Amino acid sequence: MSLRIVVCVKYVPDATGDRHFAEDLTVDRDDVDGLLSELDEYAVEQALQIKEAADDAEITVLTVGPEDASDALRKALSMGADKGVHVEDDDLHGTDALGTSLVLAKAIEHTGYDLVVCGMASTDGTMGVLPALLAERLGVPQVTQLSEVSVEGGPNGTVKGRRDGDTASEQLEASLPAVISVTDQSGEARYPSFKGIMAAKKKPVEELDLEDLEIEADEVGLEGAWTKVDEAAERPARTAGTVVKDEGEGAKQLAEFLAGQKFI
Amino acid sequence: MAEVLVYVDHVDGAVRKPTLELLTLARRIGEPVAVHLGANADAAAKVLGEHGAVKVLAADAPEFTEYLVAPKVDALQAAYDAVSPAAVLLPSSAEGKEIAARLAVRIGSGIITDAVDLEAGDEGPVATQSVFAASFTTKSRITKGTPVITVKPNSAAPEDAPAAGTVEQLAVTVADSSKGTKIVSRTPRESTGRPELTEAAIVVSGGRGVNGAENFPVIEALADSLGAAVGASRAAVDAGWYPHTNQVGQTGKSVSPQLYIAAGISGAIQHRAGMQTSKTIVAINKDAEAPIFDLVDYGVVGDLFDVVPALTEEVKSRKG
Ligand SMILES: Cc1cc2nc3c(=O)[nH]c(=O)nc-3n(C[C@H](O)[C@H](O)[C@H](O)COP(=O)(O)OP(=O)(O)OC[C@H]3O[C@@H](n4cnc5c(N)ncnc54)[C@H](O)[C@@H]3O)c2cc1C
Ligand SMILES: Nc1ncnc2c1ncn2[C@@H]1O[C@H](COP(=O)(O)O)[C@@H](O)[C@H]1O
Repeated sequence: MSLRIVVCVKYVPDATGDRHFAEDLTVDRDDVDGLLSELDEYAVEQALQIKEAADDAEITVLTVGPEDASDALRKALSMGADKGVHVEDDDLHGTDALGTSLVLAKAIEHTGYDLVVCGMASTDGTMGVLPALLAERLGVPQVTQLSEVSVEGGPNGTVKGRRDGDTASEQLEASLPAVISVTDQSGEARYPSFKGIMAAKKKPVEELDLEDLEIEADEVGLEGAWTKVDEAAERPARTAGTVVKDEGEGAKQLAEFLAGQKFI
Repeated sequence: MAEVLVYVDHVDGAVRKPTLELLTLARRIGEPVAVHLGANADAAAKVLGEHGAVKVLAADAPEFTEYLVAPKVDALQAAYDAVSPAAVLLPSSAEGKEIAARLAVRIGSGIITDAVDLEAGDEGPVATQSVFAASFTTKSRITKGTPVITVKPNSAAPEDAPAAGTVEQLAVTVADSSKGTKIVSRTPRESTGRPELTEAAIVVSGGRGVNGAENFPVIEALADSLGAAVGASRAAVDAGWYPHTNQVGQTGKSVSPQLYIAAGISGAIQHRAGMQTSKTIVAINKDAEAPIFDLVDYGVVGDLFDVVPALTEEVKSRKG
């Protein structure tokens, strides 16, 4: 039997662009260029390596997001994933983490899975909670924040990995099915080859909406959200400080400044 | 008065500073009730009581160290059921956020992560967050269920607030379904003797400009003269010059010290995301055009191998 891997990838506003909020205080995803969250490239990479090490495996990349989120799927497909699933629905606008986890969990069950692979956090929301939320909703083990991962024994096998925490480094192990997340320490993601980019154009992408997943509109979206942003203010730019050129006195000048601020 | 659950982050009963900050914030909303999982609850309770915990719900079970995260969720849920709190607060560590997330699903509540401030509001606690690499500040609320909120380190000053801190045993049954992820082995991190990166009042960080692991002692010497923690950019970490636990930025630690000194760091957006909220920022970089200089209170354009050792000497002689 084939090992069914589902990789969750998010389409996010470019961090090097001018990210901001729309009038309804949701993240503006229309006016800012988007891309596959860089941290999810690591998830795609590890899924590809797990597939390469397995006898037989198939990788589905899954995204919940607006129309343009298909770009994120194409990128993941061009890296080597086999097929895509795109959940898109106007009623999803403004969905928060709990709502997104509901939609992802239903879509993962719809697709069928042995292993779900996530990034460590999205680069826009940076919450890092979706993998735990998914494990809770799917009722399967969570093996998260891995900087090293391997799968043995196919669809009924085990996943092993190393989690580097603040106070200790831990070796983890769980039986499949399971949800894992991988960090940016897990290994550089590959670049899509020209052949990969051409092949991706022909790979199937299934389009799903809320009705297909039997989710009511009021369970998600801005109205269904469990949290509400009341205010969003741009942080005042830091006022320009003093910059001196070191001509032998730089350290002394800096020490004067630090002493003036009572740091020494 | 409504009770507020505070999840205790500790190492063998030694309470970590972010938990004391949580107690300060919890007192703005209600009466703090601490939840201590693992050994040495009595030692922890003393410190927790001094900082405002009226009660300490304690449970110890081998499952907390044998399996990842889920058994702790079972315990926190038991505390939630026992207390019916007005809010649940946890530290914004990787584990804190994961426990918070799973509890939120179970109790049917919304979740806010990485708050940097918390106030009482008419419609429940109001959380301040710093988003998009700290370029925006938001205020948010949870609109369904009991607010579950994780708070970043250095978000409040721990305050003395003597309270009873009475230890009560919490009965916890760890579900079989919570034993899915085995912790096969654990290698504790060796202490460097320096302050914790996220808790330190001063952080000195080195980047690609440090140009080799063998040169990092230059950064460490300055840090030690100031009693500071040592940080590193991802470029320095990826090159293998410094451990990943010391990385500052989006995929490392986010720090908010009184003073942040960046040496040989260009100031990429992902690095800024982790240090932009520092009170005072200082940079040493030989490129006058480096974006880090847009952030600084004081900058020196120069070679870090000249400036940093000389600064270390200045600090030492001034401190006498
Ligand atoms: C998804 C993602 C997540 C990321 N997360 C992080 C993160 O958490 N933390 C992080 O730091 N980065 C992160 N990055 C990487 C980030 O984009 C930058 O590549 C990185 O911060 C650069 O590190 P640096 O400033 O040390 O190196 P560089 O950008 O190469 O800058 C080195 C600087 O040192 C100066 N210099 C060189 N020699 C000397 C000398 N002798 N004296 C003085 N100055 C000197 C140079 O002028 C230059 O400005 C992330 C990137 C991505 C895509
Ligand atoms: N809208 C989404 N679609 C698909 N995957 C997502 C989505 N949002 C989050 N994820 C996954 O969950 C991980 C953690 O996201 P977060 O909890 O939002 O920081 C990401 O790295 C993705 O793997």
